[in-house]
Amino acid sequence: MSHSVPSRPQMDVQVERKFVPKQKDLGADVTWAKINKDVLRSLEKPRPVFWVIFFSALALFSFGVYCEVYQYQNGMGVSDLNNPQVWGLYIATFIFWIGMGHSGTLLSALLHIIHADWRKPIYRYSEAMTTFTLLTAALFVLVHMGRLWQFYYVVAYPNERWTWPNFTSPLVWDATAIGTYLTSSLLFLYMGMIPDLAICRDNARGARRALYRFLSMGWQGTDRQWANFKVAYMTMACFLMPLAVSVHSIVSTDFAVSQNPGWHVTSFPPYFVLGALYSGCSGIITLFIVLRYVFRFEAYMTQPILNKLIKMTFAIAMVWTYLDLIEYATTWYGSDEVAKADLVYRATGDYALQFWGMIFCAMVMPFTLLIRFVRHNYTTLLIISLILNVGMWLERFQIITPTFAKSHYPWTWTAGWWPSWVQWGIVAGSFGWFTMLFMLYCKIFPSVSMYEVKEMVHEQNMEEKAHATQVEVHEAGLLPEMKGGQA
Amino acid sequence: MSLSNLIQNWNSFRTRRPYEGQYDDAPYKWAMVIDLDACIGCNACTVACYAENNLPVVGKERFGKGQAMHWIRIERYWGEGEAMQSEFPDHGAQYLPMLCQQCEAAPCEPVCPVGATHHSPDGLNTQVYNRCVGSRYCSANCPYKVRYFNWWNYPDRAWPNPLELQLNPDVTVRSKGVMEKCTFCMQRLRAGMDKAKTEGRILADGEVLTACAQACPTSAITFGNLSDKKSKVARTWKNQQVDLSKNVQEKSEEGIRGYRILEDLNTYPSIVYLERVRNLEA
Repeated sequence: MSHSVPSRPQMDVQVERKFVPKQKDLGADVTWAKINKDVLRSLEKPRPVFWVIFFSALALFSFGVYCEVYQYQNGMGVSDLNNPQVWGLYIATFIFWIGMGHSGTLLSALLHIIHADWRKPIYRYSEAMTTFTLLTAALFVLVHMGRLWQFYYVVAYPNERWTWPNFTSPLVWDATAIGTYLTSSLLFLYMGMIPDLAICRDNARGARRALYRFLSMGWQGTDRQWANFKVAYMTMACFLMPLAVSVHSIVSTDFAVSQNPGWHVTSFPPYFVLGALYSGCSGIITLFIVLRYVFRFEAYMTQPILNKLIKMTFAIAMVWTYLDLIEYATTWYGSDEVAKADLVYRATGDYALQFWGMIFCAMVMPFTLLIRFVRHNYTTLLIISLILNVGMWLERFQIITPTFAKSHYPWTWTAGWWPSWVQWGIVAGSFGWFTMLFMLYCKIFPSVSMYEVKEMVHEQNMEEKAHATQVEVHEAGLLPEMKGGQA
Repeated sequence: MSLSNLIQNWNSFRTRRPYEGQYDDAPYKWAMVIDLDACIGCNACTVACYAENNLPVVGKERFGKGQAMHWIRIERYWGEGEAMQSEFPDHGAQYLPMLCQQCEAAPCEPVCPVGATHHSPDGLNTQVYNRCVGSRYCSANCPYKVRYFNWWNYPDRAWPNPLELQLNPDVTVRSKGVMEKCTFCMQRLRAGMDKAKTEGRILADGEVLTACAQACPTSAITFGNLSDKKSKVARTWKNQQVDLSKNVQEKSEEGIRGYRILEDLNTYPSIVYLERVRNLEA
């Protein structure tokens, strides 16, 4: 047995290597020219399955439009809503869509602020998802209104009757918050796209060129433009992040402010925000896998990035689960007997299937993300991410329906209320509307941020270079402190 | 669209009701007493309300779907335990006429996005049909579920010719998509108050009645002005030791029957119910 002591420089090199990620977010073959080529190609010819998805979505949307027209002509009665069940699937799905939007902002704004670079290839489509989910949610506000032709009464607009909306109503807060959020995320999405639109402009012809020229607002990529752009983009991100948190908190006040059993809960705002992030993150995973395949983005949407996304989703899922459990615990140990009866009814009554379905899909299923096979097999992961969102939709369903079915007043207790085909049709149509808009967006606009991926490649190269030099220095034992250590 | 108007609107919604001395100077505060002991569940009040307020008859199928439009409904409850075991379980049947409680702190008012439902100076919870957009938040937040939504366009077929001739010309026929509820027969009150004002007096007790109170064969429903200390309603409220501005009523002795429904939710309703007295041996 030799007594040779391992020399210090080698040990230091090992310590340094620990901080180098095993896998880079982007492969070494990704170059600036390749990025342009790949992303611009996504605007030209996607895989044929694109058209399958697009036209299925269009068909679903058309059916939803048919249902809505039918309801508009005949009255809300066709939805089978009734006296205690006044909201049904419309408001449940409204919360679902509003929630879906939040993760896009998390990825594009919060992770931008904290310089988490792995977000760069996937934030653009997430932000687009935010915008389109908000548009979808706004549809439900209109769809559920008895007199949707008078929806503008909810907005403070100048009118000759001198009437204002009622600012104590959470619905007015809702309208204001969602309006602000939609405008700002649309602006944020557009602003982030400007440098890329200029690239598109330089490579497009005909009508498209005119469109991109108009939208890129004369972007030349000068130093001054870049400096202004960075400041403006960061300001917008800082504005958007607290806004996103407040929007879903406000949506939760629709329920928390009322006095119905099961809604009158203090923890509702964080519970809603986390639920929103949760469903949004699994939505991003779904779209990640779909876009990666449809637009051949394999080089940008890589396994290391997906792993980080899954980690984030899992963490958020656990916080949401915790908040859900403490909501039940506070109700269970609380003094409000009606709320407690409502909780028992949820778990054992007419909607027990939906309740336990939610528990299974949204609380148990996230644990499958811990399995390596699930993370690496995209078909399985696609299905799991869809199941998580089914769970979150069921969560919204079981917030609305059982509460109305068994509220304070016994005479209005109804057993087994079920929505009509019109409601289901409109809900299905909303999924069609979202998918259609999203797919159109990805076909017309660059859904991977070219300039930020270039930044990422650049930084990755710099890092590698720096690291290589460092390793060389270490191995040669040239650094003074290393020598000192040896002594 | 002035700022002062905004502040005024806002304040009217932010007022905490009921407050001390709210109706001290007011000439009217409409209220009701319903004696459950006198109620025989005959539904005459419901029929009278349908006729007076142009309520549509929705038909069996829609009634079964829970889309009925009865502003006042007779709820039937069956007694538990002892009553059900007796030889005549029918003795256990109890009736409760339920209509809008015209709450002082009405849960429906603050949540309406457009202010279509608001509080009138004479203590009524009013609904402005023209302003309603049909968000149904008021109904969602009403613990008594006494708000009724026009799920269908009833003027189309609820009154086929010549039945439209029997509609009450003093009451709006509501179209689809608006919320409606018991108004305490606002049109009668309005006409009566205007007449009294012209004559320089306030309405005498019993001069104006709601349709349900008028039609009740057993006089189970008493309607009147709570501000008028000598009115029958005010005297009953006092005798029953129910205070409009309290959410817990203290009774000086056993056997005082007056109570308000779901008082623990701090809604401060304007309707006092007198508990039923039953003799199971009889």
